[in-house]
Amino acid sequence: MSDVALSIRDLTIAIGDRKAPKQIVGGISLDLRAGRIQGLAGESGSGKTVSSLAVLGLLPANAVVGGSMRLGETELIGLPLRELRAIRGRRVAMIFQDPSSSLHPQIRVGAQLTDHVRRHLGYDKKKARAHAIELLERVQVPGAEEALSRYPHQFSGGQRQRIAIAIALACDPDVLLADEPTTALDVTVQAGILQLLRDLAIERRLAVLLVTHDLGVMSAIADDVAVMRFGRIVEAASREQLFTAPQHEYTRELLAALPGAQGAKGEPT
Amino acid sequence: MSLLTVEDLVIEYHGTTLVRAVDGVSLGIEPGEVVALVGESGCGKSSLARAVVGMETPREGSVRYRDRPVPALGLRKRRDEFTSMQMVFQDPNSSLNPRIRVGAQIAEGISAGRRRGEPDSKPGEWLERVGLPAEMASRYPHSFSGGQRQRIAIARALAARPDLLVADEPISALDASSQASVAAMMRTLALETGAGLLFISHDLAVVRLIADRTVVMYRGKVVESGVTDKVWSDPRHPYTRSLLAAIPEPDGQGNLPAAPTDGAREAWLNSVPEALDRE
Repeated sequence: MSDVALSIRDLTIAIGDRKAPKQIVGGISLDLRAGRIQGLAGESGSGKTVSSLAVLGLLPANAVVGGSMRLGETELIGLPLRELRAIRGRRVAMIFQDPSSSLHPQIRVGAQLTDHVRRHLGYDKKKARAHAIELLERVQVPGAEEALSRYPHQFSGGQRQRIAIAIALACDPDVLLADEPTTALDVTVQAGILQLLRDLAIERRLAVLLVTHDLGVMSAIADDVAVMRFGRIVEAASREQLFTAPQHEYTRELLAALPGAQGAKGEPT
Repeated sequence: MSLLTVEDLVIEYHGTTLVRAVDGVSLGIEPGEVVALVGESGCGKSSLARAVVGMETPREGSVRYRDRPVPALGLRKRRDEFTSMQMVFQDPNSSLNPRIRVGAQIAEGISAGRRRGEPDSKPGEWLERVGLPAEMASRYPHSFSGGQRQRIAIARALAARPDLLVADEPISALDASSQASVAAMMRTLALETGAGLLFISHDLAVVRLIADRTVVMYRGKVVESGVTDKVWSDPRHPYTRSLLAAIPEPDGQGNLPAAPTDGAREAWLNSVPEALDRE
């Protein structure tokens, strides 16, 4: 289909010294499509985070990456750092689990929202500021104008994640990588963030890669879900099919481990 | 006699502003009972747990264990009579000593139990109880995964043969696939010995699975409490309702959970008397 924003083919990642590199990802293929949320589920250590970091070239120096990752016409693997920098934050943006560590604590929200816009899109100060206010309003941070002159610690966890989302969207990227975006949040706050991600994916035709171990979150907003284990995708299907008719044994195990799927008190399956 | 009685507990922290983390909370635990404490971050649930074992000093109110006030936990060794109260923390990386073999750490728990006249046991037995091979007793914590380390922390707490186990977010560091089973295991192991379990969690699905009674906290106060099934199936307080409505259901239907409005949040501060002590 033509609306594929990012096409990952046979991605392999090995990390470690040259003589004995450890294979972390063993050949995964995924297509991220505009306006759709692709979920990537799996336990810790399954390679889901490493795969998302690889898209932005954020792996450690001793990582060996193979296969292909095409962003439109651009092959991301082996791209020189200079060209990669023009893509990071501009065409591919990322949000992380903990907004208090992804936002700079000593820089005002305004600067964090406008620096990359001015660099990537060449906006002047005034235009960038107006753009920033618009974004904060869109992600529903109250008092957008005053918020620009505040520091991250002056916001609650949920608002910080909203600000992180606004920063990610500032340059109107094609792809948004979201690594456990609501895991650190309270469940009542999480609900609002999920709603926001769902709406933004549709209205901005964003291709979202949602990495999470939380199958409830996955079920709420992902359109398609891939399940990873030991660096490979064991099952990939539409959301409904994956949850209601899982084909792979491991997917069934994951679903069976959910609290609601178990028997009476004190009897783990 | 109740195992644990908390009465009108107030805990305050003095910083640039005064924070009242726990604001007049009362609760009790009977032997062989699992009580869950739920609420959002900052609601005071961890402060309460720490006060129960003597790691926080109450500003007002009291914490009594077997009808004796719990002394503050200091640098000195805890008196033997209070080692029958054990705690499991959220992060096993900071609760296990990285330089001591796990068997030796479990042995410390065993000897604490023996000083109270409890029978002797081997560290390996406790490892097997939590689903790890007994031979692993000679290893150091770093050679285990995060989930395995938390099992070891649980084994160590249980080795002291506690009759009250306080667990503060014991499963949130675990993989999703093992959370429910470890929680269920804690319930089984605590109840086998007739111990009480105070289980603190923000994961309501797990709480529903293992708790006999549930206590919901919001901003330092108990807003709803009672039999778990009652609280779950027919919540009375608006906060409990919002909390339950916000849990995404893993049913594959793509339903967004309800996000509370600002107006709804205001109502969370109201007290609803009929939401307390639900039977």
